[in-house]
Amino acid sequence: MNLDTLTVDAVRTAVVEKQINATALVDKFYKKIEAEDPATGAYLTLCRERAQRQAEHIDKLADKGDALPPLAAVPVAIKDVLTTKDVRTTAGSKILDNFIAPYDATAVERLEAAGAIVLGKTNCDEFAMGSSNENSGFYPVKNPRDHSRVPGGSSGGSAAVVAAGTAVASLGSDTGGSIRQPGAFCGVVGLKPTYGRVSRYGLIAFASSLDHVGPFGKTVKDVALILQSMAGRDPMDSTSADLPVPDYLSVVGQPVTGLRVGIPKEYFGEGLDPEVRAAVENGIQELAKAGCDIVDISLPHTEYAIPTYYLIATAEASSNLARYDGARYGMRSREAKTLSEMYRKTRDAGFGAEVKRRIMLGTYALSAGYYDAYYLKAQKVRSLLARDFDEVFAKVDVIVTPTTPTPAFKLGEKADDPLAMYLADIYTVTANLVGVPGITVPCGNSKQGLPVGLQILGKHFDESTVLKTAHVVEHALAALQA
Amino acid sequence: MVSEQDVSYVADLAHLELTPEERTRMLKDLNSILAYVERLNQLDTSNVEPMAQVASRYGVAKDTTPGEAFAYAMRSDELSPCLPHDEAMENAPQTDGTFFKVPKVIER
Repeated sequence: MNLDTLTVDAVRTAVVEKQINATALVDKFYKKIEAEDPATGAYLTLCRERAQRQAEHIDKLADKGDALPPLAAVPVAIKDVLTTKDVRTTAGSKILDNFIAPYDATAVERLEAAGAIVLGKTNCDEFAMGSSNENSGFYPVKNPRDHSRVPGGSSGGSAAVVAAGTAVASLGSDTGGSIRQPGAFCGVVGLKPTYGRVSRYGLIAFASSLDHVGPFGKTVKDVALILQSMAGRDPMDSTSADLPVPDYLSVVGQPVTGLRVGIPKEYFGEGLDPEVRAAVENGIQELAKAGCDIVDISLPHTEYAIPTYYLIATAEASSNLARYDGARYGMRSREAKTLSEMYRKTRDAGFGAEVKRRIMLGTYALSAGYYDAYYLKAQKVRSLLARDFDEVFAKVDVIVTPTTPTPAFKLGEKADDPLAMYLADIYTVTANLVGVPGITVPCGNSKQGLPVGLQILGKHFDESTVLKTAHVVEHALAALQA
Repeated sequence: MVSEQDVSYVADLAHLELTPEERTRMLKDLNSILAYVERLNQLDTSNVEPMAQVASRYGVAKDTTPGEAFAYAMRSDELSPCLPHDEAMENAPQTDGTFFKVPKVIER
């Protein structure tokens, strides 16, 4: 059994056909992690006992001859911004270094209920703030495809484990591109569902109007299977939508004849790497060959998405991160003599540079005298961005763009320039502001062998069409490489 | 332009202290980011409604009132199980067994 190419389906089949049992499979994965993970640093915490318990549970079901749940024995990794009961949960921050979560995030609970086995928690940028994983409070993650390069961020660890085969699939979070950008950099599939599609209960909050939970997998089908198990209303998250969950799997492999695919000119302008452009245009050609109608469109406010995003995301973050004060959980500075000192010294010692920068920017944008000029202005431009999408989605079914302007960059390359780092998310942030679903699917490699991702955006709650379209691109690429 | 005084004032609001080096760096970074976001002022938004969140626009019929739109998120006002007290206290840096303990709030 080759763990590097193992898919969700293959695991379930192997267990059903008794080629391997869940306990032995978990063992193999931990051996692989021990041997290979130190080179990339993708895991922060392993939860062997929990994995063992779940594996034994699946093996018992299989022995009894019971029908196995859809994700039976699938070894998964969870980004460390999702809480896992009785397991260390840090959000990649020193301020939560010793935090043991008292409950499970709904997404995690639902994956386990569907039979998945949680191997461990993955490294990420601190509080999911970053595009390279270099902002981890512990250690940076290296791109499994090239160890001198970043895996992307903030869900870099979750993308890296799937690329390295140290988990079959994983969960990440996406506030401005944090699933899609690392998915593209590591050459895996990553989906940000519609806002409200997957519960955020137990997701450590960064920017609540932009945060999403979503899956990584090696294939579009794997991602569809994981989404199927997580999606749907959760009474514990008031923003989770009370809408029926369709059968995502049934659309994967369906024809796309007559599907209207919009190509926004603003996503193919200055700053786009020529090799990325070539690979994405090739993917678009494949969609045309499969019978899609390719339509030129315009999303005129695109250039305002990054400034809008960094005002709204930081404003929300400054409020969400006020809870880390040393009083109830997490780190507390021992030097403090007064309450106010305890807050300041704890936060000074516990937060990294980027988190402090965003708290400062957000606090400034919300402060008296600046609220209208920055925060309110950004909220109004957010409306304009949403209108762009409303108008375009009256004419097309999906939008296709590059996921990132360049392939994975070098470690350290943008570490000292926050603005340059923010621009790594230029093609992904709008989907968060508007709430539409988006997927990245590999569509080729650069000459240096670095993966390139193609992004597909869909209408609200239309993950089905996004998945169907992504599968066509994936299938065409596989045919080319065969 | 953000001044050194602004950095001090905002750090105070955010309960951050920041070292002198961090303050110098913060001044530079905030000014560079704020100069970049200035471009939003190229847009006339005088007749545009602010958008605070996505859920109010999508997944519900456009003509529903806010109360109706979020009816699904409402529940009857009845007690339901929540995190037990001892589990909620387990991560606390300091407790007396019942309450969180913190340093003195008021100096005499």
